[in-house]
Amino acid sequence: MIKAEHLTKDYGLNRAVDDVSFQIGKGEIVGLLGPNGSGKSTIMRMLTGFFTPTEGTCSIAGRDIRTDSLAARTHVGYLPERVALYPDMSVRGYLSFVARVREVDGRVASYVDDALQRCGLTDVHRKRIGKLSRGYRQRVGIAQAIVHRPDVLILDEPTVGLDPRQIVEIRSLIRHLAGGVTILLSTHILPEVSLLCRRVLILDRGKLIAEDTAEGLAAKTAGRGEVTLELEAPEDVAVLAILACKGVRGAEVDGRVDGRLRITVRTDPATDAKPELVRAAVEKGWPVHEVSPKLLTLEDLFVEILADSGSELPSAEERG
Amino acid sequence: MVSFRALLFKELRAFFGSPLVYFVGAVFLVLSGYYFYTDLSAFITFGFGESILEHLWQRLYKDVVRLVITVVPLVTMRVYAEEKALGTIELLYTAPLRDSEILAAKFVACMAVFVVIIGTTVTYPVMLYAIQPFDVSQLLSIYLGLFLLVAMLVSIGVFLSSLTETQLIAAMFTYGVILLLWNLSWNEAAIPTDWLGAVSQLCAFDHFEPFARGVIDLKDIMYFVCTTLLMWHLTMLSMEARQWRGRR
Repeated sequence: MIKAEHLTKDYGLNRAVDDVSFQIGKGEIVGLLGPNGSGKSTIMRMLTGFFTPTEGTCSIAGRDIRTDSLAARTHVGYLPERVALYPDMSVRGYLSFVARVREVDGRVASYVDDALQRCGLTDVHRKRIGKLSRGYRQRVGIAQAIVHRPDVLILDEPTVGLDPRQIVEIRSLIRHLAGGVTILLSTHILPEVSLLCRRVLILDRGKLIAEDTAEGLAAKTAGRGEVTLELEAPEDVAVLAILACKGVRGAEVDGRVDGRLRITVRTDPATDAKPELVRAAVEKGWPVHEVSPKLLTLEDLFVEILADSGSELPSAEERG
Repeated sequence: MVSFRALLFKELRAFFGSPLVYFVGAVFLVLSGYYFYTDLSAFITFGFGESILEHLWQRLYKDVVRLVITVVPLVTMRVYAEEKALGTIELLYTAPLRDSEILAAKFVACMAVFVVIIGTTVTYPVMLYAIQPFDVSQLLSIYLGLFLLVAMLVSIGVFLSSLTETQLIAAMFTYGVILLLWNLSWNEAAIPTDWLGAVSQLCAFDHFEPFARGVIDLKDIMYFVCTTLLMWHLTMLSMEARQWRGRR
């Protein structure tokens, strides 16, 4: 449904996207993961026809975005990173306008009603957009992306700037939209891709550095045998007791938080050492407050991926 | 075509659904009514029995043009600058619309505002005609000149609006450019003699003047049409600049 071949985009002398190729099949939900400035939005803007690629091609539903741009755009629903809304319009008025501008003719009212209902906006359909909360405005943004019933949905950072409750709502909404619609969403939040996507494309500095399934990514982000342990215990004795546990390769004290000792324990990746660690602590009578696998941050993940591929790690300046 | 129509109606709703156009229209009507009153008084006092074209309509419509110059930036400032500031321009650029259709919808909507505003001035000659009939053919020349002039001024305003996200900057920039273009050759003593011909060719006033005298010259029509087309072209280039600028 989406096909990108050797996509490259230059802004003057700056190469924002460098030779990126991928394919996304019908009904797939794929995440574009990368830090800010990695080229996610530029790729999405090329797929939506906002930018023309400097080199390479991309097509939506078999329509080339360069040579058959208008036809390709009719198949796409797009939520930009900064949700594009007219604050003086009512929700219904805005969605009707978007439906018409996306060439829905004659069936506008039923398409708008459907989008309102799917995005939970029926109660506020007469309200001015400027009066809505940020969460509702994001819903309107998603509703405008789906109102013309596109085959492909492109969502650029759909949960950015929302509070935790709104994030959960929007993720749930996206999950409900899946099925029949091909979705490409970008994010720099690691857990988001695992929660929403089946496949992940990982970008760094404009290049596609890895492609993985959501499960593969979850395994990577779970860390390579590292457990965070927080307990009430004397430091020296605790470290010795932990090192004596089966499957433990090392332990490093991170410090004390509210009097509790926080230790990062390196374990054998093939062994789940958590039960053994808890048993040892309970035997000594040390209250345990936390035992959790250490999750990698996005930065850690990049270091892992680049180390795996043998690439050079970018300097702090390069990463901005 | 469905997309173009939708955008055009949206633009028209944005103008006629906002109080700005009504405030601008009201001020325009009050001031043009005042000019009509004072110019008619002067005509009755000093020019009665003389040419009504020379002594009334020419004066009145030059005053109207001064008002139009003040009003154009207020109408055109929002067309692109507001879309850029809101981010909604991205919605338009990714809709099945050509850049030329976006420009055409915005330009036509602006022109519709001015057709309505300037259309109200027709009431003055109509009132006078009801009292004392006169030759209306020269008035048609004036309205043709006004239409072409407004099209050019609007195209300048639309272009300058496409360069910025700030409406006030767009308005001030537009006002400066069109005022300069209107007044370019007013102080002939300040212009070197060799340049006078060229400057006069660039001056909008010098090309509107013949229309106000009832003379329709192809040279003047071409001036307004070509400048309008040039501004459209520059606006298209400004829209395409997102390709290398990397932003809206």
